[in-house]
Amino acid sequence: MKTRLRFALALAALFTLLAGCTTVQPWERATLADATMRPDRDPLHNAMFEHIYFSCEAATGGRGVGGSGCGCN
Amino acid sequence: MSFPNKFIPALVLGLALACSASGQVKSGQPFPALTGHGLEGTLPDTAGHVVLIDFWATWCAPCKASFPAYTEIQREFAPRGFVLLAVSVDQTAAPYEQFIERFKPAFPTVRDGKQKLISEVRVPAMPTSYLLDRHGIVRSVHSGYHGESTVKALRDEINRLLEEKS
Repeated sequence: MKTRLRFALALAALFTLLAGCTTVQPWERATLADATMRPDRDPLHNAMFEHIYFSCEAATGGRGVGGSGCGCN
Repeated sequence: MSFPNKFIPALVLGLALACSASGQVKSGQPFPALTGHGLEGTLPDTAGHVVLIDFWATWCAPCKASFPAYTEIQREFAPRGFVLLAVSVDQTAAPYEQFIERFKPAFPTVRDGKQKLISEVRVPAMPTSYLLDRHGIVRSVHSGYHGESTVKALRDEINRLLEEKS
């Protein structure tokens, strides 16, 4: 009886997890296709973000950019 | 065999069946009737014609890129009994109307705003076009728009279908 109860609970948990999964169909991707969904939509923002990121990380060059990591490039 | 051991294979089989039953309209199957899905716009007379039904949307760049080529195809084959119907799946009317107003396609367009028809057809990608013979049977499915290769394949297939005796 205990095994059955445990199994039923495990099954219920599995179905709860599965219910959270869905496939966005090709015709339902209007929002995803919007320009605002692109992380690289603004070149100026990208450049500033990269500068700050590399300055914070002291890791300039990690994405193919030359520099010393001083944040002054 | 204990209860879980009996149940697990049945569960796996059930999930596999559920995943495989995608329900897409495929080549060799009749295309669903265009009426009864609440399509906005005037449907052309398709009975006895070779028909290309193209599902597109204004938010889909390759869909819009296909329009000039489809205009050429329509102009070339329409006198021989070919009908091209573009079905937009835009849920909002404004971008659809703006695009139609700007582009003024030479072929009929309708809008499946409630996405009822496309939910029945279940296209594999955007855009997807279905080429139907004179009996309304799907003879080929073109998933995506790949420029010249798609246009060439369509021209060959349309030519072949138009030459078939009804």
